[in-house]
Amino acid sequence: MSALFPAHLDLEEEEDLEVFSKKTSLTDGGPNSPSSMMNQYRLEAEEEEEEKEEKELFVTVDHPESHVTAIETFITYRVLTKTTRSDFDCSEFEVRRRYQDFLWLRSRLEENHPTLIVHPLPEKFVMKGMVERFNEDFIETRRRALQRFLSKISEHPLLSCSPHLKIFLTTQDLQSHKKQAPGFLTRVGETVRAVAHSVRGVRSRPEEFTLMQEYVEQFSSKISSVDKVTQRIIREQREYVDEMKQYSPPYSQWGGMEEALQLPLQEVAGCVQRCSTETQLQLQHLSTVLLPALHEYMLCADTLKAVMRRRDNIQAEYEARREAMEKRGDQEGEEVQALQEKVEVCNSSLQVDWSRWRSSMRTDLKTALLSTAESNLQHYEKCLAVWETFLLSQREEGSEQKEEEAP
Amino acid sequence: MMADSGSNEEVAVIGNTDITSTESESNIINTMVERETALLRKMEINVAEAEKRTGKNTVNMQETYTVYLIEIRPAETVPGVGAPAAPDTLWRRYSDFELLRTFLLVTYPYIIIPPLPEKRAEFQWHKLSADNLDPDFVERRRVGLENFLLRVASHPVLSNDKIFFFFLTEEKGWREAVLETGFQDKADSRLKSLSAMFRVKNPDKRFTAMKQYSDELNTVISQLLRVRARVADRLYGVYKVHGNYGRVFSEWSAIEKEMGDGLQSAGHHMDTYAASIDDILEEEEHYADQLKEYLFYTDAVRSVCKKHDLIQYELEMAAQDLVSKKQQREELATGTVRVFSLKGMTSKLFGTESQEQRESRLAALEQSIQEGEEALKEKNTECQEFVQMAWEDIERFKEQKDKDLREALISYAIMQISMCKKGIQVWSNAKECFNKM
Repeated sequence: MSALFPAHLDLEEEEDLEVFSKKTSLTDGGPNSPSSMMNQYRLEAEEEEEEKEEKELFVTVDHPESHVTAIETFITYRVLTKTTRSDFDCSEFEVRRRYQDFLWLRSRLEENHPTLIVHPLPEKFVMKGMVERFNEDFIETRRRALQRFLSKISEHPLLSCSPHLKIFLTTQDLQSHKKQAPGFLTRVGETVRAVAHSVRGVRSRPEEFTLMQEYVEQFSSKISSVDKVTQRIIREQREYVDEMKQYSPPYSQWGGMEEALQLPLQEVAGCVQRCSTETQLQLQHLSTVLLPALHEYMLCADTLKAVMRRRDNIQAEYEARREAMEKRGDQEGEEVQALQEKVEVCNSSLQVDWSRWRSSMRTDLKTALLSTAESNLQHYEKCLAVWETFLLSQREEGSEQKEEEAP
Repeated sequence: MMADSGSNEEVAVIGNTDITSTESESNIINTMVERETALLRKMEINVAEAEKRTGKNTVNMQETYTVYLIEIRPAETVPGVGAPAAPDTLWRRYSDFELLRTFLLVTYPYIIIPPLPEKRAEFQWHKLSADNLDPDFVERRRVGLENFLLRVASHPVLSNDKIFFFFLTEEKGWREAVLETGFQDKADSRLKSLSAMFRVKNPDKRFTAMKQYSDELNTVISQLLRVRARVADRLYGVYKVHGNYGRVFSEWSAIEKEMGDGLQSAGHHMDTYAASIDDILEEEEHYADQLKEYLFYTDAVRSVCKKHDLIQYELEMAAQDLVSKKQQREELATGTVRVFSLKGMTSKLFGTESQEQRESRLAALEQSIQEGEEALKEKNTECQEFVQMAWEDIERFKEQKDKDLREALISYAIMQISMCKKGIQVWSNAKECFNKM
C-alpha cells in the first residue's frame, strides 16, 4: 500500500486554537455557525470515543405500505425514533415517510453542510433488469438502505444535530413543512456560482485534498470492480442453483426402480436436495449483505466526488473575490475574510469527516466481507455434514452386511 | 469402500474421508479381482499406455489413431517378494476391442457382455473437449478399456474363451483367428432377425420385466448424466468468477493503508479457490464414467432379452410349423381339407390324385413331421438352456451392479466431502485475512 494518505488528517492543536481566535468577526454565536459547529464536533467526537456504546438517537425504518391515490402509487415506510436527547420533546416518535422525503432530508443536509460527507441514499430507480418499483425484493432492499442512511446520519456528530433531521423524524405532516422551507432559489444561485467557479478552477488546492481526490477516483473505480465481480458471482450462482434443483429428482426416480440400491439412491437424492437449499441461502446472503454494502460505497464514492467539488468551489469563490479585491486595490474586506474563514472551516471539517469516513468505510466493508466469508464457510460445513452422514450410514450398512455374510 | 472387507474398520470412523478417487477406483478393480477366475489366478492385466500412430486405413487413406498397450504379468503368488517380472506386452487399437466384443456378443448371446468405453465423448460439460484425440479423453478411455478387460477376465464364463486369451497374448494373427471362427455368419442371420418386429405369443415375464427395467435404467442414467454435466458447467462458472476477486482485491489493496495487507492475501486465496475447481471436476468425471458403464450395460442387457425373444419366437414358430404339418397329415389321411395347400387346391380343381401320389405325399409329410419334431425338441432344449444360463448371468449382473453402484455413490460422497473441505479451508483463510483488514 502506498502512503497516499498523509497521517496528519486529524486537526492539530494549534490549528484548532487558530480557528477559535479568528472566529470573533464571523460568529454571531449562533449554534449553527461553522466554527461553533467545529467546536461542538471536536467535543462530541471525543465524547463519542469515550461512550461509544451509548447511542442517543436510535432510528428504524420498517413496515412498508403501499398508498394509492388518484395521481400516483407510492410506498411509505414507518420511521421509528427512540431518543434520550434533551432537545427532543419526547423519547419516542413514529412517522411515515416516503422516498421523496428522504431525498428532501438529504438535500437539506448537503446544503447546510456542503463539505461534510452525507451518506448516500439508495438510487431512485434501478434500470437494469427492469425491476418493478413494487417488487418485494426491491422494497426490502430499499428499506434496508434507507435504514442505513438514517443510522449513519444519526450517528454523525454534526449531522445528527441538524434541525432538518429533527423535523424529519418528528413532524407528522412533513409535506406542508417542505413547502415552507426556502431553498429553491438559493440553490439555483449557488449552482450558478458553483458552475462559474468550477470553470475558473482552483488556484492552489492544498495537497491533502489533491491526494484525497486521487484516492476517491481510484476507490470509486476499485469498489465498482468489486461490485461487478460480486454481481457476476451472484448471476453464476443463481444459474447453478437452478440446475441443482433438477439434479435431485433423477436420483430419486432411480431409487424407485431399484431394490438394494433404493436406500442409497434416495439418500443421495436427499443430500443433493439439502445442498441445493444451502446454496440458495448462501446466494441470498450475498445478495442481501455483501452486494448492498458494496453498492452503498459505490454511491459514497460519488458523494465524495461531489463533496470535493463543492470544497473546490468554495475555495475558488474565495480566491475569485480576493483577486477581484486585490485588483481594485481594496484592503482586506470583511466579505473576503468571511470567505477565507469559510474555506478554512470547510477544509477542517472535511478533513475530520474524511478521517471518520475512512474509518467507517473500513469497518463496514470489513464487516461485510467477514460476514460473507463466514456465510460461505458455514455453507461448506453444512454440506460436509450432509455428505458425511450419508457416508456413515453406508459404512454402517456395509458392516452390517458383512456380519450377515460371515459364517 | 471395498477395503472394508479386508480391514477391521470401525463403523463410526468418518475421519478417513480423504481417500482419493484413484484409490477408490483401484478399490473397484479389486472388487472384480476378488471374484477370482482361473485366468486371473494366472495373470495380471493392465492397459498401461496409449500412443498415437499414423497409417493407411482400409481405403488406403492416411489416418491418425491411438493404440493401447496391454501388459500381462504372471500373478504374484507371494506379494512383495523380489522385483515384479517384466510384462508381456502388445498393442491394440479401439477397433480391435470392438471386434473382440462383437465376437463375444455373437458367441455368448446369453451373457451380458461388458461394454466398451464410449467411442465419442458424450454428456460432456463445455470445458471438456469432445475431441477423440484429446489427452484427457484418451486417458479416460485407457482406464475404460482396462476396466473392460478386467470385467471379461473376471467373468466365470467369458474368462475361459480362447479368442479372448489370444487377444491378450497374440498380437499378430489375432484378427485372422477371430474371423476364421466364422462368428460373423452366425451374427448376420441373427442380426437380420433382431431387427425384425416379431411377435412372441408367450413372452417370459421375467425377461419382459428385465427388458423394461433396463430401458428405464437407460433413461434415468442418461438424464442423470445430462443434468450432472450441466451442474458441473455452472459450478465451474461460479468458482472461476471468484478468481476475479484476486485481481480486483489486489488492485484495491494498492490504494489502502490498513486494509491493504488483508485484502491482498484474501485475493490470493480467491485465486486458489478458482483454481481448485479443475481438479474437483476432473475427479467427478470418474464418477460419471462409472455411471456411463452401467448406461452402456443396459444395451447389453437389452441384447440378451431380445435374443431370448428371438429364440422363443423360433420355438413358437417351430411348434406352430409342426402343428400345421400334423394337421396336413390328418387331412391327407382323412380326406378333409381344412388347411389350405396348393396341392389340395389343384387336386380339387383338376381332380383327385392317384393313391400312389397320395401315399408318397403322406410319406414325405411324415418325414417332415419327424424332422419337425426333432427340430422342436432341439429348439426347446436350446431355449431352456438359454433361459437357464441367461438368468444365471442376470442374477450375477444384478449383484455386481448393486455393489458397483453403491461404491460409486460412496465415492461420489467422498468427492463432495473433499470439495467441501477445500472450500472450508479457503474461506477460513479468507476470513482470517479479512479480519486483518
